[in-house]
Amino acid sequence: MTAFLARLWEALTRRIDTFLLTVAMAIVGVGLITLYSATDQSFARIDNQLVSLGVALVLMWLIANVPPQTIARVALPLYVLGVVLLVGVALFGVTVNGSKRWLNLGLARIQPSELMKIALPLMLAWYFQKFEGRLGWKDFLLAAVLIVVPVYLIKRQPDLGTSLLIGASGFYVLYLAGLSWKVIVGLAALAGAAAPMVWPLLRTYQQERILTFLDPTRDPLGTGYHSTQASIAIGSGGVTGKGWLNGTQTHLDFLPERHTDFIFAVFGEEFGLVGNVTLLVLYLLLVGRGLVITANASTLFARLIAGAITLMFFTYAFVNMGMVSGVLPIVGVPLPMMSYGGTALVSLFVGLGILMSVQAHRKLVTS
Amino acid sequence: MALRFPFRAGKRGYPSVAELGSSELKNPERQVFLFRRRVVVAGLLVLAAFGALLARFVYLQIVQHHHYQTLAETNRIAVVPIVPNRGVITDRNGVVLAQSYSAYTLELQPTRIRNLDETIDALATIVDVQPRDRKRFRKLLEESRNFESLPLRTRLTDEEVARFAVNRYRFPGVEIKARLFRQYPFGEVASHVVGYIGRINDRDLARIAEWEETANYKGSDYIGKVGVELSYERELHGTTGVEEVEVDAAGRAVRTLSRTPPVAGNDLKLSLDIRLQEIAEAAFGARRGALVAIEPATGDVLAFVSRPGFDPNLFVDGIDAVNWELLNESPDKPLLNRPLRGAYPPGSTIKPFLALGALTSGKRSATQTIFDPGFFQIPGSAHRFRDDKKGGHGTVDMHKSIVASCDTYYYMLANETDIDDTQRFMTQFSFGRKTGIDIEGELTGVLPSRDWKRQRFAGKNYRDEHRKWYLGDSVSAGIGQGYNAFTPIQLASAMATLANDGVAFRPHLVKYIRDLRTGTVRQLEPEPTHTVPLRAEHLAVIKTALVGVAKEGTSAAAFRNSAYVSGGKTGTAQVFSLKGAEYRASQIDERLRDHAWYIAYAPADKPTIALAVLVENGGFGAQAAAPIARQVFDYYLTGEKKAGPAPAAPAPPPEAEDESD
Repeated sequence: MTAFLARLWEALTRRIDTFLLTVAMAIVGVGLITLYSATDQSFARIDNQLVSLGVALVLMWLIANVPPQTIARVALPLYVLGVVLLVGVALFGVTVNGSKRWLNLGLARIQPSELMKIALPLMLAWYFQKFEGRLGWKDFLLAAVLIVVPVYLIKRQPDLGTSLLIGASGFYVLYLAGLSWKVIVGLAALAGAAAPMVWPLLRTYQQERILTFLDPTRDPLGTGYHSTQASIAIGSGGVTGKGWLNGTQTHLDFLPERHTDFIFAVFGEEFGLVGNVTLLVLYLLLVGRGLVITANASTLFARLIAGAITLMFFTYAFVNMGMVSGVLPIVGVPLPMMSYGGTALVSLFVGLGILMSVQAHRKLVTS
Repeated sequence: MALRFPFRAGKRGYPSVAELGSSELKNPERQVFLFRRRVVVAGLLVLAAFGALLARFVYLQIVQHHHYQTLAETNRIAVVPIVPNRGVITDRNGVVLAQSYSAYTLELQPTRIRNLDETIDALATIVDVQPRDRKRFRKLLEESRNFESLPLRTRLTDEEVARFAVNRYRFPGVEIKARLFRQYPFGEVASHVVGYIGRINDRDLARIAEWEETANYKGSDYIGKVGVELSYERELHGTTGVEEVEVDAAGRAVRTLSRTPPVAGNDLKLSLDIRLQEIAEAAFGARRGALVAIEPATGDVLAFVSRPGFDPNLFVDGIDAVNWELLNESPDKPLLNRPLRGAYPPGSTIKPFLALGALTSGKRSATQTIFDPGFFQIPGSAHRFRDDKKGGHGTVDMHKSIVASCDTYYYMLANETDIDDTQRFMTQFSFGRKTGIDIEGELTGVLPSRDWKRQRFAGKNYRDEHRKWYLGDSVSAGIGQGYNAFTPIQLASAMATLANDGVAFRPHLVKYIRDLRTGTVRQLEPEPTHTVPLRAEHLAVIKTALVGVAKEGTSAAAFRNSAYVSGGKTGTAQVFSLKGAEYRASQIDERLRDHAWYIAYAPADKPTIALAVLVENGGFGAQAAAPIARQVFDYYLTGEKKAGPAPAAPAPPPEAEDESD
């Protein structure tokens, strides 16, 4: 009996990267504790989040048990599906808060941009693997097209934040695949030069957000208010924080979106610098482990996808904490594994599953 | 976090900046080395970025901690929006049609309540909570934004407020709030004009964002949905005020620190005369239909009837399912704004305009006659376009063609006139184009032309012969049938333009906008849109004929003994094609009966009112629609009040018996 249980346990955990899972669960745990405080001690959202976590873990386990070569096979269909759904959103999407981001499929509303977060790097990694060894500048040009299509579709929803992030995920694959430094520097220079020309193309509210970022006092009742109040929350937390459930900013309704995009402000207020450093370390461990897995991966596809996913984890965490603490403009990006929201949690754990699959299925490096 | 992986690929010291496409990449080991170098660069960037965050945290939480702590402590100041009072809507004489009043609501903040059902059950023992209140609350909950407080009950009685106040400690997250409600004292009367407000939904939010008014709608729960409430939303809403209040640790307001009072929305004074409107609505009785009365010299809409109507008060709190179903699924379509969105064939009401067109183009002179044998045939065709009078009207000139409504005269005219010329002339009377009235949703209607037909049948299911314009199309269009379809507002506007000797005004419902703060009253100037180039002697021919209609023609019975001289034209629009069979109203299902039209103006010498009446399935225009016009004219011109349904006019006198309408 014991032997059977031991073997079952072994089968269950064989492909699971304990390090990665432990760190992720620690972050999720911190998230749930903060969520409880952020929602005025209600269990409704905690329950929802736990259900999503269950789904996320099952999916992670399933994907971890699939070899990367098999995952590579779904890349093309998944990407095509993602683009079709995005076009569907543009044509038949449901408008929520003024943006068309959702598609109503009868049973559930889905947000295809969420799918793209995984589908785009998968697609690019698959493409580069397929033509490994004879990659030329034309391939990079095609890859750029593969990136621009979903980025454009999401940008016009409008969801500038997500489109930039998805663009970044594509760029990471290009970078890891060896995009010339000259091109990277050139692109950066071009982006800097083009910024003033992009300005008139932005929607009023997008311009508003950027202006408000530069000067939060411009709009004390709008986005500037969010930013100012979040800074006050974090700053007033001090070294040790005000203690769990004791954040005045949080509980006096000063913080907007405090259970979703701004949950980090609640955390920073109640747990202080100690808490923030702990959280930074947790994210650093997660990203570091991801980079190790990336470096040790045995195929080009595995290397590219693992690297892109890891760097996306980093990007989300950095952008969210940056915007909440007032060093980046406010874009709608949740904090990975902390913010309330089922879809985001599930897609993050799918990413973890892919990392684990890469790690578990690597061939031993022959030296 | 140390990144432990073997750097074993680099063999010859530092590689040159080998980039993609170079031959060196074909060496797998070298490739792995280059890849790992990129991973390390990325790792360093991650460290740098997190380092920057750390620096920011240290800055906020140590360096600036004192500053932010002070801010947080003094951040007991909550900014509370104060919803402005919505503007009042009155009729032209100042009678209130829509107003706001303050009442208490019982509101729940779902995020602060652990068990909603239990709480609602417990509340039900203190205040009256009906199942429909629960249902509505559920619906609101599904649509709600985060941390919103949602009304369970509205308009609490003083006793209920007192009872809840005593028990308040038992219900954290439940509060009584004073809110503004909208009331429409006239209920169904003029409901399609005034419209109603309803709770702000996602679409409204998008609209508000487009106006860049998002901040101004903070705290607002309602927005105009239909009618004047919708089209003048931005005048009516007002500017939201801000109150800075100090709150205690539990978030309750302790004292007010500063207050920017809200600015109430502007009051609207309509051109509508609600008494006239009441008379007009009552004149319809139980019949369905529409009426639009316009002052020709200004475009003021004096009455705007769509029957049946609905009670806008039902919509204010969110309509319940039962009432919604009743309204939405009724075959009488009470929610349809008929004057604006009902397109009906105009029947004979367009004959005076066609005659005027013929005079203007020179196709006909007033004295020119035709002979009417009772039907018309296109040369070379066997099909007979029948006249309503069996045996025909005999010799007919233009005057008689209008007074007796002779079809054959117009069949012949249409046969000789190019449809595109007709279309060009008729457009000037706003047929087939929007009049531009100041409420939303107006239909364009159909004034057929060759282009129109080509586009209408452009679809793949149609062939070229469907798209071609036939002479037969012209002939049936010539008596207001065929493809013609116009809204009552278009016919009323056309009548007003004709009555005003061709000077067209944009019909409008709002006449004055009063700014409460400055006390200034802004008049929306009558807007002459264009002048139809007409000759006075041609107009005189038509107007004399229209007066003849009411004096001795098809509507004479309805206007017998009137104290004023009016001009008008009856019309009967086919709903149902008889395919040559004879029309007998009694044998046809009520809903397939003809629509009855009457367009008219009065007094004939100096018109102050022009109107169009439509009675759906009313049968002959002379019998069903003209008496309604009579009742409206009587009140407006002589003050005579005959409230109640207009009687059907007596059967036309024997000599006119067979005349079409």
